[in-house]
Amino acid sequence: MSTGPALKILVIDENRIRASIIEAGLRDAGHHDVTLLPDVSGIAARIETLQPDVIVVDLENPNRDMLESMFQLTRAVKRPIAMFVDRSDSASIEAAIEAGVSAYVVDGLRKERVKPVIEMAIIRFNAYSRMARELEEARGELESRKVVDRAKGILMTSRGMSESEAYQLLRKTAMNQNRKLVDVAQGLVTAADLLGKGGI
Amino acid sequence: MSDHQINAGFMPLFDSAVLIVAGELGLARAEGVDLRLHRETSWANIRDRIAIGHFDVAHMLGPMPVACNLGLSPISSDTIVPFSMGLGGNCVSVSNAVWTGMVAHGAPGGVDPMAAGKALKRFIDERAAKGLPPLRFAVTHPHSGHNYELRYWLRGSGTDPRRDVEIVIVPPPFMADALAAGRIDGYCVGEPWNSVTVVKGTGRIATVKAAIWKNSPEKVLGVRKAFAEREGAALSALLRALHRAARWCQEPANRNDLAELMALPGYLAMPAALQMPMLTGHLDLGGEIVDVDDFYLPFDKAANFPWKSHALWFYSQMVRWGDVAHSRGNAEIALGTYRPDLYREALKPLGTALPGANSKVEGALTQATPVGSTGASLVLGPDGFFDGKVFDPDALEAYLADSAVDDEISRF
Repeated sequence: MSTGPALKILVIDENRIRASIIEAGLRDAGHHDVTLLPDVSGIAARIETLQPDVIVVDLENPNRDMLESMFQLTRAVKRPIAMFVDRSDSASIEAAIEAGVSAYVVDGLRKERVKPVIEMAIIRFNAYSRMARELEEARGELESRKVVDRAKGILMTSRGMSESEAYQLLRKTAMNQNRKLVDVAQGLVTAADLLGKGGI
Repeated sequence: MSDHQINAGFMPLFDSAVLIVAGELGLARAEGVDLRLHRETSWANIRDRIAIGHFDVAHMLGPMPVACNLGLSPISSDTIVPFSMGLGGNCVSVSNAVWTGMVAHGAPGGVDPMAAGKALKRFIDERAAKGLPPLRFAVTHPHSGHNYELRYWLRGSGTDPRRDVEIVIVPPPFMADALAAGRIDGYCVGEPWNSVTVVKGTGRIATVKAAIWKNSPEKVLGVRKAFAEREGAALSALLRALHRAARWCQEPANRNDLAELMALPGYLAMPAALQMPMLTGHLDLGGEIVDVDDFYLPFDKAANFPWKSHALWFYSQMVRWGDVAHSRGNAEIALGTYRPDLYREALKPLGTALPGANSKVEGALTQATPVGSTGASLVLGPDGFFDGKVFDPDALEAYLADSAVDDEISRF
């Protein structure tokens, strides 16, 4: 493995949680000179001060065109910057874009030094996406449970049912209508709201 | 007919309309194309996703595929242009402070580029004499019609875009805010991002693309070359659908429907009323209402024909401003990027009016002119540059030499 001065890495990501996850990954891998920037205001001056070797930018960033042109044109960056490190390495470029991350690397760095950084960014971006998806699912599940609870409450009040009777009725209706339990519950809650019987 | 699935990227800008209408109105479907539209957040993303094959085709800035094929982009892949998305649609807006300065130096109002440009130059000289920093203008991308027409306008009216002003990149949706906050003094961008500033009262439209270079090229359909070679029939089918979509977009009776469609959250997510100046050319410049001829043409005047002379003019500007060194080989790459042959091939079965040539002398037509064409009649032009110069694609070297001398003189 080649050695040399520690790589200076700049992560530009409006998503602070994701940026922290990437930072943690890079630190775990022995990169301690990592800077996070959540927005691009005054970015040229920051880059001039930091002189990063590798800049990681998320693909959702609407300022990517501005950043790229700055990397290529301004005096803020002393050495030319290329996207990724090896144009011929199409597999890792594809993996990065699929993960939603781009990386810009200053000229003259050996690719074996930079590749692990980019690979780490890809892994962490993918991990974040997975986590965000799971969180979304969990949130959806929680919402569903709340709706079913409200529907049960409406039935218990309006029909004098027990909780388990209310649940059985919802389940039976869902099965008969070939619909999801939560959809039946949502229908009941909406109807009750419209008829002014909500808020139970 | 079995369906060809085509993945298309677009930026939320009005001139993606032709692509969106082809999908939304079922015109692609009628040609057996399952058109999947993907909204993107930057031109860099569009370029990257075309390069790795996520997109087969995309809404692109006219010079972008030329720059890509010349290796000027961080990631490049062979991209061709068999269809143009339209002509015109951009304006140059300036802050109220700059407009006041321009008026003090004789700007008469209206959109005349020479009068506005000369007033701007006098204001710039006054600022320089006072030791004030250069004005900062923004464009959307280095390889854009916006960048090249802004520079052409400035240079043609006396300002040196390399020395007298600073030109930076700002994404279109942020332009109006950047101007209002004083981070930039002016910008060149497509509608509705100029009208947004006028409505906010934070600036004024100083001139328009349709006056700097009449009927000039703007966005195009960029196609991954490997896709075009592998799926020629699918691409032809898509081009026919886009042709019909463009004609629908041009029809005045459809303006309201088109504005409503583009206003939807999945597209521009802005009020339909703001989309109307683009479609009518009826512009509020900021306290002055004007009607601009041929402000934006999605279909008329052979707007969809990918003229090789357009590709070569973009190339001439890349050379002029130092993006690339001129060589015969590079000029050939630029010419080979625009593919009128594919446009002709796709539209032949429709009996549509087609230009007789693949290239034209830009700036030669001073008025709308019926031209000899196959099939039905066709009207071209006017296509003049505001400074009266002419771009003859067969005299590229002379044109480059002329502007190089001109730009050198401006240093004294």
